This record gives sequence, C-alpha cells and structure tokens, in this order.
Amino acid sequence: MADKIVLEIARYAPDRDTEPSFQKFEVPLRKEWVVLDALNYIKDKVDGSLTYRWSCRMGVCGSCGMMVNGEPKLTCATFLTKYGNGATVRIEPLRYFPVIRDLVTALSDFLVKLQKVKPWLIHPNQPPLSAGEFLQTPEQLDLYKQFSMCINCTLCYAACPVVGLDQDFVGPAALALAQRYNLDNRDEGAAERLATLAHPDGIWGCTFVGECTRVCPKHVDPAGAIQQYKLTAALDWVTSLVLPRGHKDANQGAAHD
Amino acid sequence: MIKEMMDKPSDEAFFWLLFSAGGVVAALLIPIQLFLFGLAFPLGWLQAPSYQHLMGLLHSPLVKIYLFAMCSLPLFHWAHRFRFTLYDGLQVKHLNELFFVLCYGGALLGTALAGYLLWMF
Amino acid sequence: MTERTIIQGAMTDQAARTEFHPRWYRKRLSTWWWLGEWHYLTFILRELSSIAVAWFVVLTLFQLRALLNGPETYARFSSRLQSPLLIAMNAIAFCFVVFHTITWFDAAPRAMPVRMRGKRVPEYMVAAPNYALWVVISAFVAWLLLRTP
Repeated sequence: MADKIVLEIARYAPDRDTEPSFQKFEVPLRKEWVVLDALNYIKDKVDGSLTYRWSCRMGVCGSCGMMVNGEPKLTCATFLTKYGNGATVRIEPLRYFPVIRDLVTALSDFLVKLQKVKPWLIHPNQPPLSAGEFLQTPEQLDLYKQFSMCINCTLCYAACPVVGLDQDFVGPAALALAQRYNLDNRDEGAAERLATLAHPDGIWGCTFVGECTRVCPKHVDPAGAIQQYKLTAALDWVTSLVLPRGHKDANQGAAHD
Repeated sequence: MIKEMMDKPSDEAFFWLLFSAGGVVAALLIPIQLFLFGLAFPLGWLQAPSYQHLMGLLHSPLVKIYLFAMCSLPLFHWAHRFRFTLYDGLQVKHLNELFFVLCYGGALLGTALAGYLLWMF
Repeated sequence: MTERTIIQGAMTDQAARTEFHPRWYRKRLSTWWWLGEWHYLTFILRELSSIAVAWFVVLTLFQLRALLNGPETYARFSSRLQSPLLIAMNAIAFCFVVFHTITWFDAAPRAMPVRMRGKRVPEYMVAAPNYALWVVISAFVAWLLLRTP
C-alpha cells in the first residue's frame, strides 16, 4: 500500500469568497517529492483551479514561498517525507501579504518598498572604460556578499511580526539589500539611501526579533544587516550633530530619480 | 501607503544609542547586584554587608558614578524597549505619543532621583 | 497604462475598488499575535525583561533612600526584602535579568561583525569576551560587598 499524505490547502477566489477556506487533498508520499511536487500533482490530476506561483523548482528564483504548517518555506525545498506518512500538512499563502487568489500573494507593496531603498549601484564618479576593470579584492567582496544572496522570496516578510503590525515598515529583505549596496565599495549611494533607511519605517522599526534570519533559505541574515546599519546610522547621526556642514545632504542624489 | 521619506535622518538614532548603552550596562552590572541584594543576602546565603560598610562604599565618587550609570542607562533601555513593546505587542498605536512621554519621562525622573540620592551621600 | 495606479493602491482598501483587484484578502493581526509562535513568545519575553531591569533600578533607588535615612531605616528595608512576596518577585526578576544578559550577548555581535585578516570572526568568539567581562565585573562587585573591612 503506497504511502499517502494529506495537504490541507487554503483556497480563496475573490469573485466567490470573502475569506479563505481550507480544502484537503490526498497525495502520494514519494520520498523524493517536495511540497511543490505535491501541488503540481494536485493541479495536474485533481483540481486544475489550484493557483500558486513557482518557477525554477530549485531554490533560486524565490517564487514558491508559502506557509507550510505555519512556517514560511520554499515549497520546492521542503520534502514531504519531513512530515511523515499519513500526516496532514497545512499550506497557506505567505503571511502578512494580501491574497489575490488561493496561494498567490500581492507583492506590489514589497516591490515599491524595494525600489525605495535604491538597490542598485549608485556610482556617478565611475572611472571611464579606458581605465580598465574596477578591481575588487576577495575581502571587499566578503563585506557584502552574504547580503547579495537574497532571492526576494519574501519569506522574511512572512516571518517578521513588524511587517504584520505596520504596513509601512520597509522590511527585512529591502533593508538587507540596501546594506548590500552600502557595503559595496563600488557604490557611492549611502547618503542617498539614508533618508529612507534611517527612518521610523526603515531600520528604526526593526526590533530585532530575528525571525527573518531564521527563515531565510539563502542565509542572508537580514537581521544582522539591519543591526549593522543601525550602528552606522547612529554614528552618522552623532557625526551630523557635531559637524552639520560636513554631513552629506541625503537629498543630494534625489535628482537621479 | 508609503509615506514620503525625504526628511532628514531620524532622531530615533539617539534613543537607540541610549537603549544600547543601557542594555550593555544592564547586562553586565545588574545580575550580580540583584542576586546579592535580592536573593543571597535576604535569604542568608551570604553575609550581608553592614550599614557602615555600605555607607563607606557610597562615599567614594567612583562608586557614585558607577551606581548613577547603573540606575540611569538601564532605565532608558527599559523606556525604549517598553515603548516598542506597547506599540507592537499591544498595538496601541494611537497612544504612541503618550507612551513615549510616559516611558522616557519615567526614565528621566529615575535618572534625576538617582542623581539626587547619590549626591546626598 | 494603469500599472502605477495598481502599485500605489497596494495593501489599502483602494485595491478593493479598482477594476483589476476586485477583492484582496488581508487578515488583521490579532493583539495576541505573539502567542501564536514559540519564537514570537520568546521575543516578547525578552522585551519584557526590560521591566525586570527597571524594577531593579527602582529597588536600588529605594535602597539608596533607606541608606540615607539611617541604620534603622535601612534595617527595616532589608527585612522587607526578606518577605516571601519580595523574594519571589526578585527571583523572577533575576531570571529575567539573566535572560536579558544572555540574549544581549547573543544578539550584540550581529551588529558589529568583527573581521580579522579579512575573515569574519565567528560569533561565539565575539560573545566570549562579553561573558568573561561579565564574570570579572560580577566577581569584583561581589568581593567589594562581601569583604569585611
């Protein structure tokens, strides 16, 4: 008798429902299957209307994040055997995001916040091409490399209670990515990012719960990035008190927009 | 709706620095003193210092500074953390300004009291 | 193109009224959100440890006042500390204060990554000197209070 597992999946259709309900599906428990395989099986063989996002199925695109038994997880990286034969596994859309349909969340708010922190290299004083490559040592790369591993899966947003409590909080991934660029020695945009980051909805909204780091599938440690930036911003604030003219105007680069 | 964020860098940095300093002081200095005066001496596990011994210690300016830092900074640590806990934990956002004043006001009051009392020794 | 309208309407009731987003479901967080998960609960307990810290400061202020008012007042203060209620409260406060110290030393190195010779020093090696300092200071304070002059 083949092993089975039950997936209890949140269903929500905006034209039909006012709030989500749960539907159970029995799925074969294959030892090499991940939760995403089970979802694909359901969509293929049982209920084609099941709606969810996925793409690379190997943990690099960040599309398939969902709540699995109350934990934010990449469903392509979560094996069914972890839950055991005959278990019921609850699948819900990522927490703290509006739900468009079934397991699909609205990410536009996150994308707006991401854009606000300017997660790109700002280098108006770039040397000309004729000067050759910009050489970066392994030590310089090491300063920001961990924070560059972010795949924008937003599991950290689903884990962070401040995101749930305060809709305007910029959030772990965006703050960590801002720090990734601040620490990159090719970047000159730290002053431009300051106003967005050193703001009650930016780093100062973070209370270092640390859940973001715990759930991150790429070990980015956004909590660490945010605390590091708190120290930088605090020292910057102190300097701005002592040397008001020497302090770079954070609005200086706004013309770039 | 994302608010316009082009203001100058927030003064939150100041309160965070106080919170951090208070956290370090609380972590390093409070446990032993609470253990001794709150548990070991009252329960007789260790010989409590005599009144004269304590008064002797309190005449030293170094001891006064140590105690002042130990009373003041942890209060600011509490003020910051408690303010955020009320805001996040209980979600009483509409009372934000009131809690801010109560918490930091309390810390300031405690600091003033500590300064006054220690000055009197 | 209505792309910009959609983004600006995100996560607000405006989304419910636009043509392209008939009804997005968003659950409001309950006041008891922190009971929902073990890690949320330990986080709130860590934050509440600040109350124990403030309690200790208040206790110390009362102690200083008692000392200022003379040996009899201080003796009365000391005997009040022996009451079961205060022993219990101080025992609980002590547990919270130690919890603060441990979580603080665990968290603080994350704010200041230490690098030596280009490589990141592991966090336990940054935390260890903090614990050592804690032990040294505690021993010194204990010695100051316990020695018979």
